[in-house]
Amino acid sequence: MSALLEVEDLKVAFTRRGEPDTVAVDGVSFDVKPGEIVGLVGESGCGKSVTSLAVMRLLPERGNRVAGSIRMDGEDLLGLSDSAMRERRGRDLSMIFQDPLSSLNPVIPVGLQVTEVLTRHRGMKKDAARREAAELLDRVGIPDPTRRLDSYPHQMSGGMRQRALIAIALACTPRLLIADEPTTALDVTIQAQILDLLKQLVAETGTALVMITHDLGVVAGLCDRVNVLYAGRIVERADRHELFRQPRHPYTHGLLGSIPRLDGPPGEDLAAIRGSVNDNLPWASPEGGACAFMPRCPRALEVCAEVTPAAEEAGTRLLRCHNPVPVAEGAE
Amino acid sequence: MTSPRGSLRPRPPTLLDRRRRRVDELAEASGRSLTADAFRRLRRNPVAIVGAVIVGLFVLVSILAPWIAPHDAATAFPELQRTLRPDSIPGAQPGFPLGSDQNGRDFFSRMILASRQTLLVGVLATLIGLVLGVVIGALAGAFGGWVDTVLMRVTDVLLSIPSLLLAISIAALAAKPSQTTVIIAVALVSVPVFARLLRGSMLAQRESDHVLAATSLGVRRRSIVLRHMLPNAMGPVIVQATLTLATSILDAAALSFLGLGDGDPARAEWGLMLANAQSYLDVRPALAFWPAIAIILVALGFTLLGEALREALDPKGRR
Ligand SMILES: Nc1ncnc2c1ncn2[C@@H]1O[C@H](COP(=O)(O)OP(=O)(O)OP(=O)(O)O)[C@@H](O)[C@H]1O
Ligand code: SF4
Ligand SMILES: [Mg+2]
Repeated sequence: MSALLEVEDLKVAFTRRGEPDTVAVDGVSFDVKPGEIVGLVGESGCGKSVTSLAVMRLLPERGNRVAGSIRMDGEDLLGLSDSAMRERRGRDLSMIFQDPLSSLNPVIPVGLQVTEVLTRHRGMKKDAARREAAELLDRVGIPDPTRRLDSYPHQMSGGMRQRALIAIALACTPRLLIADEPTTALDVTIQAQILDLLKQLVAETGTALVMITHDLGVVAGLCDRVNVLYAGRIVERADRHELFRQPRHPYTHGLLGSIPRLDGPPGEDLAAIRGSVNDNLPWASPEGGACAFMPRCPRALEVCAEVTPAAEEAGTRLLRCHNPVPVAEGAE
Repeated sequence: MTSPRGSLRPRPPTLLDRRRRRVDELAEASGRSLTADAFRRLRRNPVAIVGAVIVGLFVLVSILAPWIAPHDAATAFPELQRTLRPDSIPGAQPGFPLGSDQNGRDFFSRMILASRQTLLVGVLATLIGLVLGVVIGALAGAFGGWVDTVLMRVTDVLLSIPSLLLAISIAALAAKPSQTTVIIAVALVSVPVFARLLRGSMLAQRESDHVLAATSLGVRRRSIVLRHMLPNAMGPVIVQATLTLATSILDAAALSFLGLGDGDPARAEWGLMLANAQSYLDVRPALAFWPAIAIILVALGFTLLGEALREALDPKGRR
């Protein structure tokens, strides 16, 4: 099946006068097939949000440079005019953000925020849009949807708000939905409900989902394929099962090792990855020539300090490492 | 110690800087609507209560003025005029609680009826200033770029002129002084404050999550500005309007006092009454005392209420 979204060699650098550029995304390539759920995983600051904003073309107008290509149905989104892009947002591709409270307009009722999208993209009349909006709220599991149309965001619970946001994002059945940590701001029990809802909705509508998270638990329960991001680069990509069974990149390996396991021996220490991604900022020096993970990598070799590891694909797996975890060890 | 030209020592803040900063700080409180929480804080604040009581009384009196005032503002009474001399103005007597003014009219009725004029001028001037300021600020904040630069340079220049001086200059430009020119002059003075304030909170809105979310849904630019940015940016502007009411009342009174109003002696207006009382200060100081107190009280009321409002809405307010 041909890809719905193809991101190729995406580079995003933030520029500020009198300062060296900050490279936030450094040559990221991935694709999403229709109806597929693709994970984008990595720790805070690794460039997940910047990648998703670049795909939506929502980065600030000034102060950044974007290179590479982002193709949807073979058409480069970066080449579209602003108004053409506005036509597509919400209709062909849309996005759910992390904080449902601040993502809703506090001064207008939720219903109006749903109908706004319906009248904009589906040319619906007021009454029809309102009926459709109630149906949408019902579909995302908001009780008493007709009454809820007139509620303001602050009158709803966090979980209900996120449901409303999902309803808005899916109102025009886009073929691509990007969810940027949609559950981080919610209680654990609500998180699970929201994830189930997302999973069910994308299955029903055939919408492809890019799931951005730093939570491997979310990935394990949801994604078909996973891209692991580190310092603005994809360091490993694999099918979900393959990745969990056999992480090859030292970073992924460390990440999985740092999850507490119920079936592990009691008293076992959790393996932590020392340091943070910010230890090695700026990670992309113009001269290049090092693995960004090196300062924290237990498997680092001398070559790692001199040569940036290239992305190597083997089957469905992509790997960017000079000294990956051997297969046997990864499988334990 | 004097600092040589071009030294790296930070320049002490100028008056303009301070006014700008004040305005910008207010703008930061944007994105918060008058929540129940803020209202609760407001009700517990004695300053707010005092301000609200003064403002409430003033508004009540000015609305009910024709019914409260025992007499008409323009009628001279023979029983007062009989004892009226250039060096003696009759004081309180039955039917005339505050005595006579310099023309034999009922001073009490004139004081009461003047409150209407003051409220009218204050509200009209503030409304006009608000509307113009909001239009300019919204344009600057929504478009950014050179539109913003040009508009904000102009408001900076206007902000740097003391407001009363600016009002006097504008009122003096009018061919024939009248109540209307007073209102316009006072209104124009407040335009740059409103414009700058709204522009600041529009910019804050532009960076906000919900505007980003609306943009991610392909909402049209016009709706983004009018529906998503503007209503959320209005909070600090409303607060400022309360404060501007106070300065507008003061400025309008000052303009009448200086003879830049229409000067119709029949009309009751505190600033004008104050001006006319000048020649009788030694004869009957009460003629100056009451209008002055009234002006100060009303301005104080609006200021207290406005400051309390701002504090209640300001997330990082004192304590
Ligand atoms: N507007 C900006 N200007 C300058 N630098 C930015 C800007 N936005 C993001 N960055 C930088 O880009 C890098 C990637 O940020 P990004 O928000 O994509 O991280 P993230 O993976 O989404 O992290 P988190 O899990 O915390 O959301 C960070 O180092 C950040 O400092
Ligand atoms: S390239 Fe070297 S430093 Fe980087 S992850 Fe692989 S082994 Fe570690
Ligand atoms: Mg993020």
